[in-house]
Amino acid sequence: MFPKSLEFSISQPINDFVAFLIESYGETFRAISNFILSGLLQIEWVLRALPWWGTILIFMAVAYLCVRNYKLPLLVGGLLMLAGMLGLWDLTMQTLALMLMATLISCLVGIPTGVLVAKVRVMRNILIPMLDIMQTMPSFVYLIPAIMLFGLGKVPAVLATIIYGVPPLIRLTSLGIRQVDQEVVEAALAFGSSSRQILFGVELPLAVPTILAGLNQTIMMSLSMVVVSSMIGARGLGQQVLEGIQTLDVGKGLEAGVGIVILAVVLDRITQGLGQSQRRD
Amino acid sequence: MAAIELQNVYKIFGRRNKEALKMVQAGVSKADVLAKTGCVVALDDVNLSIGASQISVIMGLSGSGKSTLVRHINRLIEPTSGKILYNGEDIMQLTPSGLRKFRMHHSSMVFQSFGLFPHRTVLQNASYGHIVRGTKKAEAEAIGKKWIDAVGLKGYENKYPSELSGGMKQRVGLARALAADTDIILMDEAFSALDPLIRAEMQDQLIDLQRNLAKTIVFITHDLDEALRIGSKISILKDGQVVQTGLPDDILRNPANDYVARFVERRVHIPAQAGVSK
Repeated sequence: MFPKSLEFSISQPINDFVAFLIESYGETFRAISNFILSGLLQIEWVLRALPWWGTILIFMAVAYLCVRNYKLPLLVGGLLMLAGMLGLWDLTMQTLALMLMATLISCLVGIPTGVLVAKVRVMRNILIPMLDIMQTMPSFVYLIPAIMLFGLGKVPAVLATIIYGVPPLIRLTSLGIRQVDQEVVEAALAFGSSSRQILFGVELPLAVPTILAGLNQTIMMSLSMVVVSSMIGARGLGQQVLEGIQTLDVGKGLEAGVGIVILAVVLDRITQGLGQSQRRD
Repeated sequence: MAAIELQNVYKIFGRRNKEALKMVQAGVSKADVLAKTGCVVALDDVNLSIGASQISVIMGLSGSGKSTLVRHINRLIEPTSGKILYNGEDIMQLTPSGLRKFRMHHSSMVFQSFGLFPHRTVLQNASYGHIVRGTKKAEAEAIGKKWIDAVGLKGYENKYPSELSGGMKQRVGLARALAADTDIILMDEAFSALDPLIRAEMQDQLIDLQRNLAKTIVFITHDLDEALRIGSKISILKDGQVVQTGLPDDILRNPANDYVARFVERRVHIPAQAGVSK
């Protein structure tokens, strides 16, 4: 037996800390929550207001703009059509809205953080281990503080999705910036560029392909959170998978699973195409 | 008149560079400094005056500190100790914004592997110096275009660097430096990555341009032939120390020590040695 006297528990301090956060910063969390919720609802509203064929056409157009050929748009159109025909249209749109919102915030947080990680050594030493932890921690664990701080529903689902999905974007933004040819940066410096001119005029543009690869990873990881986040009340495809499991309705669960795969393929191919079209030797 | 002057410049790479500096100044050898402090002595008491409106060549083998030295003139690398004067003014005293202005208006640079911006066209690359200092786009591009024509790249304005050959890329590098309209141009092994024919062509072009422009050019090379061909004055650098400075003729006739003599001999005796067996 392990001696009792050596045991200690971190659960109580953590509970206290979360309680303290809610007591002291409740307003802040409510504001964040409202911001995310209103963004999410607006995206959902747009996706629902559009006729189904309108949405499909927009996706096909975006796919065309990203790759400039006809194969991908046709694939995208066909897959979305299939999702609709399987009776998954509304659920797919709900999940898509959640994805878009999570991705948007991931970009807003992830890219500046990535720049910071690339530029400031101290930040790199602190954040890289944190990112490692974020990626290895079971995704269910994120649900706990998210629920405590934001209750049940869509907002904690978006947040848990972001925490799980944002690390690759931070990593690859940082990598992309550090990979920029040092002589090119030196050249910019030698002509008197400011650090802002170098960041926005040289480093970020040259890091775009790598950043897009990170974005692609982030979206894929976010999609893998769909089922988990449905456990705290996010509606959409994940919820149907969960229902399928709970009621032993294998077919229903699988159907929704197909919907998630469709969304994954569509978003993956579009972002990958975008990344490749940006690549220039 | 000396446009640029380096006085007692030391550069030591490593964490304990202050300590290492004291040791070097006290006459400890580089190997001992490295062993005791882990610091690398790149420049060791360099004194150099670079004349205005001429091509000064700094020659040395790899590891001699020549690329480090040239980066001190625009402070891409900061000296560990010493003064760097531009027209008598100590550029070490410049504030960050003063330094940026100095780089914008007084010194430009050409790099060994070109250092072109791969995401900008030839024209945008060439006009970069003016874009940075806030010249209007149309005006900056007109200047860029003029210099693209001058280096013989007319018609390539809208190509990207990846679409050009090595020689063409370096012409863009040269156009970018010339378009910035600075009195100093630093050229760090600018032609070393080019094949011999293109290289000779670029040397001729540089001499031609220089005849009309009279810029203060600091040219770094490891090739004595190149140094003799384009240099008005040559300084030879070895292990971070200037071992000889002089006119090309001086270097050839009166090498200051064995090291320089070996360089010169190799060059002068190559034809004579043909057929001689040991």
